[in-house]
Amino acid sequence: MTTNILLCGVGGQGTLLASNLLAECAMEAGFDVKKSEIHGMAQRGGSVVSHVRFGERICSPIIRKGECDILLAFEELEALRWTEYLKPGGLVITNAQNILPMSVSAGNAVYPKNITQILAGMSVQTIAVDAIGKASELGNQKCLNVVLLGVLARRIKEVKAEIWPEMIKKMLPAKLQELNLKAFTTGWNLA
Amino acid sequence: MKHSGNRAFLSGNAAIARGAWEAGVRFASAYPGTPSTEILEHCGTYAEIDAQWAVNEKTAMETVIGACYGGARSICAQKHVGLNVAADPFFTVAYTGVNAGLVIVSADDPGMHSSQNEQDNRFYAMMSKIPMFEPSNSQEAKDMTIAAIKLSEEFDTPVMIRTTTRISHSEGIVSLGEREKAPEREFVRDMAKYCVLPHNARKLHAKVEERQKKIAELGCKSPFNRIEDGDKSIGIIASGISYCHAREVFPNASYLKLGLTYPFPAELIKKFAASVEKLIVIEENDPFLETEVRALGISCIGKDRLPICGELNPDIIHESLKELVDRPMPTTTPKATVDIPVRPPVLCPGCPHRGVFYTLRKLNCTVTGDIGCYSLGAFAPHNAMHTIVCMGASITNALGIEKAMKEKIHGKLVAVLGESTFMHSGITGLIDTVYNKGRHVTMILDNSITAMTGHQENPASGKTLKGEPTKVLDFAAMCRACGISNVHTVDPFDLKLLESTLKEALNDTEPSVIITRRPCFLLKNYKPRVQLVSINRAKCVKCGMCWKLGCPAIEVNPDDGKTVINSALCVHCGLCAAVCRPGAITQAKEEA
Repeated sequence: MTTNILLCGVGGQGTLLASNLLAECAMEAGFDVKKSEIHGMAQRGGSVVSHVRFGERICSPIIRKGECDILLAFEELEALRWTEYLKPGGLVITNAQNILPMSVSAGNAVYPKNITQILAGMSVQTIAVDAIGKASELGNQKCLNVVLLGVLARRIKEVKAEIWPEMIKKMLPAKLQELNLKAFTTGWNLA
Repeated sequence: MKHSGNRAFLSGNAAIARGAWEAGVRFASAYPGTPSTEILEHCGTYAEIDAQWAVNEKTAMETVIGACYGGARSICAQKHVGLNVAADPFFTVAYTGVNAGLVIVSADDPGMHSSQNEQDNRFYAMMSKIPMFEPSNSQEAKDMTIAAIKLSEEFDTPVMIRTTTRISHSEGIVSLGEREKAPEREFVRDMAKYCVLPHNARKLHAKVEERQKKIAELGCKSPFNRIEDGDKSIGIIASGISYCHAREVFPNASYLKLGLTYPFPAELIKKFAASVEKLIVIEENDPFLETEVRALGISCIGKDRLPICGELNPDIIHESLKELVDRPMPTTTPKATVDIPVRPPVLCPGCPHRGVFYTLRKLNCTVTGDIGCYSLGAFAPHNAMHTIVCMGASITNALGIEKAMKEKIHGKLVAVLGESTFMHSGITGLIDTVYNKGRHVTMILDNSITAMTGHQENPASGKTLKGEPTKVLDFAAMCRACGISNVHTVDPFDLKLLESTLKEALNDTEPSVIITRRPCFLLKNYKPRVQLVSINRAKCVKCGMCWKLGCPAIEVNPDDGKTVINSALCVHCGLCAAVCRPGAITQAKEEA
């Protein structure tokens, strides 16, 4: 059995750290793991995507269209962009945040309305959370990535619950641990 | 470094650096370039490796050649187009061979995620007659780097490792080893080996040809080239990432998995081809392996079915070879029927380049551009970059255009490049411009860091890769030394001064240089004092001046069409306040 998780968002939202934590936790749980993402030009406020795959043996680091189990979207428009990767009946978790692309902020394109409803109309399960709002309540919007990781983690039965906070402690500098552990628990209990 | 006992989760690039460290490498040099950059960054994290940023790939290559002559196991790494810059020494070191082991990494970019072309650098191995490894994952990236150092010393040859973006930037589990102690060596004078004068080079070439045969034989026995038995009705030859993708689509087929792909292990290919019914060569971009297979008189399926353009992935392989796959394509969730606006990369809020492109567009200049963050000046709303060829081409492209168009373009032509690119290969173009009496304006955007590849130090930063303080290059003095009489230095946030300086320079009958100096806003430890920017929306008349800045923090409210400043993104650089006509956007005055 292979589990395929696609994380998508906008450059600067912290998808990279979330996918690193996810991959390290899956490795800690004893799986073969591969992760693929594109750095470089895409970082500058563009669309970013990370493929994380774990199971007994992983060959390609890329998830096939129609084989993604969970799509973790840090931004609503990005959720819409990647739905093709979801398997029928797959799960999409979205952060209820809209970041306008330049084409929209300049008035040359329209940001689709009611994205959560569009997603609900597809043959997928959807969970929409206000991760950015929760992160703000915790005092730092930047921890939105770990809030979302908490929402995701609860749905990954293959990785024991205690591995996640241990990995956060192991991988983050001491001064960021308390905030991120809180963010993780907030996400875990959010939905 | 992320450790879990003796295993770590590493990118291909981090694994190459780890392999270099374990192999006893003690010198590394490179110029940054996606997707190769992190190799040197990771080398720099090991105390035992003297890792440095070179000003370009050629100087990096020549320095590692010197280091290996001098007795240090060495590595250099560049993106595919970087090897074009370093090609001259690259071809010659194939003849001289090495003293200590030398590994040359080429990180190619199929799909052009961050590049201007899709050249397949496996042909460089063939043309230079340098042996080449192609790893398929991070573990192999580490193992092959160690094997490459051994091969290099055993056969007195540099060895190439060719990765692609999906190998360099994908991560996987790697088992870690200890560092090997390299034998002590030093430079020994040997003119017949190290001076490629024609009479020496002729003998060296003959040696290279002998070496080729021996390594091809070795390649047939190497554990990196192996037959993986499976269903004999389909046999697949693949290397690198293509092997991983193919395995997903044809899990039960027989494979000839190639890792030491050059010199071609011909005998092994023949043996494998004879053992299977239908032979397929699966590779990204050009038919490198396929051409060799066909040259052996073996027929196969290859580029007649698989695309040459772009990256491969399991979906593309499945779709291209559909009737040979024993199951249908996966059922996908349909795409939403609404239009999904694209989200291309943009200049960051607070970027010092923004005002430059605003001004160039305002003055309707013809702009020859270059490679860096400022390449984004070609995108809307700036549309203020009209050629991009390669590193350093902005200045010489401009010189050529004015030679062709003369007075039709005088007073309108500007070459734009960053300080890192100027040092890389712009300086020679500037000397050329002065010497050959060009008169265009050159703008050097100095943000004191190589930014696009993720902030690598350079001679404008005052720091080395290892973080040690070093001399800072004086760009104005450098330009004057090239023969430029009028060198202007301005703050690109001062739009008025920038515009008047550019107008003056355009009217000059001699070539001139404008250096715009302001650090990248994302630089760590750069905390400029800012005055708050705010908007009085009642005064906004929707004139659109602020939209022309292309700032991610400036949005249009869809209900009233007026400007909104996104407070989560705004860094209070104040450019929008400077261009706002009705005075709706204002910036607080600095307190005296």
